[in-house]
Amino acid sequence: MSEAIIELDHVVKEFKSKDKKKPMRAVDDVTLSINKGDVFGIIGYSGAGKSTLVRMINALERPTSGSVHVLGQDITGLNESGLRPLRRKIGMIFQQFNLFSTKTVAQNIAYPLVLDHWRKDYQERRVNQLLKFVGLEEHANKYPSQLSGGQKQRVGIARALATNPEILLADEATSALDPETTGEVLDLLQQINRQLGVTIVLITHQMNVVQKIANRIAVMSDGRVVERGDAYSVFAAPKQEITKRFIATAISGIPDPERVTDIHRQWSGRIVTVLIRQKDARNELDNSVVPSSGQNISGLIAKYGVSTNLIYGGIDTVTGYAIGAMTYELAGEPSVIDGFLDELSRDSDVYDFGTAQASIDYDKAISMPLGGLKAHPAESNGPDRAGDADNTAESGSADSDREEEQA
Amino acid sequence: MNSFDFVTVSLAGKPVETITLAANQGWSILKPMLFQSIAQTLEMVFITLVVGGVLGLVLGVILYGTRPGNLFENSVVYRILDIIVNIVRPIPFIIFLAAIQPLTMKVVGTSIGTAAAIFPMIIMATFATSRLVEQNLVPVDRGVIEAARSMGASTFTIIRTVLIPEALGPLILAYAFLFISILDMSAMAGYIGGGGLGNFAISYGYQKFDPAVTWTAVIIMIVLVQVVQAIANMLAKRILKRQK
Repeated sequence: MSEAIIELDHVVKEFKSKDKKKPMRAVDDVTLSINKGDVFGIIGYSGAGKSTLVRMINALERPTSGSVHVLGQDITGLNESGLRPLRRKIGMIFQQFNLFSTKTVAQNIAYPLVLDHWRKDYQERRVNQLLKFVGLEEHANKYPSQLSGGQKQRVGIARALATNPEILLADEATSALDPETTGEVLDLLQQINRQLGVTIVLITHQMNVVQKIANRIAVMSDGRVVERGDAYSVFAAPKQEITKRFIATAISGIPDPERVTDIHRQWSGRIVTVLIRQKDARNELDNSVVPSSGQNISGLIAKYGVSTNLIYGGIDTVTGYAIGAMTYELAGEPSVIDGFLDELSRDSDVYDFGTAQASIDYDKAISMPLGGLKAHPAESNGPDRAGDADNTAESGSADSDREEEQA
Repeated sequence: MNSFDFVTVSLAGKPVETITLAANQGWSILKPMLFQSIAQTLEMVFITLVVGGVLGLVLGVILYGTRPGNLFENSVVYRILDIIVNIVRPIPFIIFLAAIQPLTMKVVGTSIGTAAAIFPMIIMATFATSRLVEQNLVPVDRGVIEAARSMGASTFTIIRTVLIPEALGPLILAYAFLFISILDMSAMAGYIGGGGLGNFAISYGYQKFDPAVTWTAVIIMIVLVQVVQAIANMLAKRILKRQK
């Protein structure tokens, strides 16, 4: 890992609330370090404090307590004029684009250059360069109102990049865009990160956005960072219920209870869901490791000769590695199936929903995977619905519970 | 009847010769006086519009900026200014003119004539403008201001290059409205010998039972207002079209 470019140390931000005597805590003791070259995704529902958090990076908001270091400088004590040089090294783009409506596209992009006292001809050259980079050359003299949402955000991006910043803050930058335009803007952000080496901090409530371009993720809830890690690990081994809910919006491989009922109605055989994790996932907060899963399933199906129907599933990639789940109907000799599941569950997380005749309670199936939970040191893993690690130590008795159920 | 007129008008500070000539009520005599009145009106309105407009812009920006959550948030300053503006604004101008006379005397050195009329007009126009400016700045998108801050713009730069340009369309219309208010005020300047079209209409139209004179003044005022409003509409439309 390279050097930290942004460091938040026990940062708290409180706002005065009108009716209550107690101040509202928007950001609650957040410690976070973002490295040079990261695309750091901060995800959370609206009101989770993520917008306030990102605004403390360029001091649009000041922390109530704690310190913020950006580009090797403690910015906590700087006044507005002291902040100006720093802010020119941090670009920012917004959900509502925040373009100057009475300035043309070219004038918008030139604005930070004017602030920075660039020479007129340098300004022009830089603006043309940026227009080309974001693909808006023919729109230079239009006003923002004449552009589509995606084009507006490109102008916003060009403007944010004008003074060659080292950091780009993106505050819900794609939330006002349709899915196709979102994809285009994300491609552009990725290009900025890879070609120009700009560190990007991306605030969003859309999991598919961070899935697409973030290499590291923090999940915020009620002002706190409740989960963080490299993107693959957060997706592959989420610990918090909120993270799981977010992931379910991007990757939905595990059937919900209604779907399992439907499946049982249509398929009489044994229904199992196998989680797919291409590689081990390490949780940054407690250093626990969740091993890969579902990597040998095809081989085992062939080895045992079980007859399978693939009936539900979803696999996607995060930072290039596959994550998801597959649901099979298994048919054949029960003993063969048991043998197959026994070997499969040694290296994989397998949820057993039973058969149509002897179905297994959904919550139980999800919270007690076959062969026990795979995280080590003993920690909860996988999308267990109970959301806590209480069952972990009792995975042995969990198995016996299941056997009773099946009998 | 005529002599009574002379007394009242000359009491208001009019040169007696002018009044005597006016008694004839012929257009050959009224015409140059009409032109003089137009010039006086334009002088009063123009000076008030420029000075009061600029002072009002400053006060309006301060009112806006000190509002909670804005650029230089300061609820104490805001509340004080807000109360002062609210006290001054509802006073009818003709009463304000009289009430402020001692101050006018001190500042201008005289309490009669055009200059003495301009001073209270500027004060009233400043307060009126400040509220108009504030109200037209409030709808400016805070996100745009935040964007400028994030780029490292100073507060003054933001006001100059973002806040006012973003509100320019409505501000132009506000100043056209202000022009009409000032024209209205200038009509009352006659009471303290300020001259102008209003005085012309009252002295040589209303008080001489000569509706033609009154209506001449009225029509000239209407034309003035129409021209100013038309120009303002055109400018504002051009700016607003870019924004929508």
